[in-house]
Amino acid sequence: MGFLVFTVGAMIYSLYISFSSYNLATNSARPIGFDNYARLFEDPRVAVSLANTLFYAVMAVPLEIAFALVLALLLSRMGRGAGIFRTLYYLPKMTPAVATAAVFFLLLNGNSGAINEGLAAIGIQGPQWLVDPDWVKPSIVIMALWTVSGTMVIFLAALKNVPVELYEVASLDGAGPVRKFFSITLPMISGAMFFNVIVLSIAAFQVFDQAYLLFWRDQSNSSPEASLFYAIYLFQQAFRQFNFGFAAAMAWLLFVIIMIVTVIQVKFGNRFVYYEGDR
Amino acid sequence: MGGRIGTPKTVAGRVTLAAVSTGFALLFLYPFAWLLAASFKPRGEVFDNRLIPQTFVPENYAEVWNQLPLLSWMFNSVAIALLAATAVSISSSIVAFGFAYFSFPGRKLLFGLVLETMMLPGAVTMIPVYLIWKETGLLGTWVPLWGANLFGSAFYIFLQRQFFLGLPRELFEAARIDGASYWGLFWRIAMPLSVPSFVIVFLFEFQASWNNLQAALIYLNAGTVDEFTAPLGIAYAMTKYSPTAGGQGDYQYVMVASLIVTLPMLILFAFGQRYFIEGVATQGRKG
Repeated sequence: MGFLVFTVGAMIYSLYISFSSYNLATNSARPIGFDNYARLFEDPRVAVSLANTLFYAVMAVPLEIAFALVLALLLSRMGRGAGIFRTLYYLPKMTPAVATAAVFFLLLNGNSGAINEGLAAIGIQGPQWLVDPDWVKPSIVIMALWTVSGTMVIFLAALKNVPVELYEVASLDGAGPVRKFFSITLPMISGAMFFNVIVLSIAAFQVFDQAYLLFWRDQSNSSPEASLFYAIYLFQQAFRQFNFGFAAAMAWLLFVIIMIVTVIQVKFGNRFVYYEGDR
Repeated sequence: MGGRIGTPKTVAGRVTLAAVSTGFALLFLYPFAWLLAASFKPRGEVFDNRLIPQTFVPENYAEVWNQLPLLSWMFNSVAIALLAATAVSISSSIVAFGFAYFSFPGRKLLFGLVLETMMLPGAVTMIPVYLIWKETGLLGTWVPLWGANLFGSAFYIFLQRQFFLGLPRELFEAARIDGASYWGLFWRIAMPLSVPSFVIVFLFEFQASWNNLQAALIYLNAGTVDEFTAPLGIAYAMTKYSPTAGGQGDYQYVMVASLIVTLPMLILFAFGQRYFIEGVATQGRKG
């Protein structure tokens, strides 16, 4: 299978590079043992970017899940007309990341952006979204929420598979809407929930496009360090500094972290996910 | 058997539902409206947040082609996206057919490995893949932006395999008896029947390629501006007009360009909506 040969081959090559010092001029990799991995712990920007990325993931994933679920619940309760709303909600997902970033770059402007103007209308003094280090990551989260409809569609598909009889029986037993949500809906869509959490987490660890476009496009030094995500720093090390060995080591560290997080989620998830029959 | 939770029974419930859904719809659409409005504004008014421009400047749409090589960017992006989507949909189908039709020792393990690679961060293979293209002397061409697609892609392989598994096996056996080769089975039976999932794969990859900023940064950034793809071009435009980088703040051109770059995706969605939705929903079912 060519596919596996290509991917596995590239992985092995990448592992080899991560243990060497790569000279781009001569195309030669000189083995240097664990030096690149040692540098991971010495370079403060690795720690900073990792912390930024973790912080972002912890903030973004639950919000994305909650928002997508709310939207899916709304759509699932609509009879006719659900199709139109689904289309409208999905449009941002079709928008190229660069266009999203370009528009939000102006919408999130701290002085005259539309978002702060909207907040001012209800008496809230909006922050300097793209400048204030505390608000840089929420800015990226807002963009992620705007394009959350993929997650919504997955929830919606799961909601449609919940047998309506369950709700009828629950109603007969006198269960209210809240009880029904927690006792029927949530368990019945836990498979989709589990999938979404894993996929969104993996994506959050690799967040790149928006942060790059908003903060790291040009090589100016004014970018807030709060926007230095792991994938950004990795990219800079690889294709701006051409430290291939170090960047490859960074990539492997990321892979290991993603694996650990996913394994924890799977272990944790298996206790809660309800699998229907032989699905 | 599935069913729906059902629409609210009371009038108040229905009104609330309609109001909340419309509210969200407005939130989702607002950036589009803002973008459209800003694209018709003169430089000084781009930031005024009016949804109807005070001064209407349709000339932005004529001028943007002089300001930026937008036509070249669009052409490059369309060509690369077509190559990428064609390559990946055919190659993934072939691999998927292999997994679906043939049983061979280690098939389960191999397929498991394919699925595992979906978790692999692109960063791990980014550098070796770059070095491979460097070795082959293809840096600076379009090939690195789509060539790897000739090897297929995990999610698409999964998608096509699911579809092939759903086809009745008797069809293939009958064709075998009639003397069809394995290639014949694939091209004459499997492919024509799997058009829907083939279209899903094609559209997904077309969109992914259209959006691909990182690969363009790696492989095209060193070239001339004319050789950029649409995403790289927008990034370039954002910097070009940025006052901090010496620009004049002509963000109206960035807005026009962003709109023009988004348009093909909206058209694609208008025609292929059900494929996009079906494709995403399928993703969820593999869990």
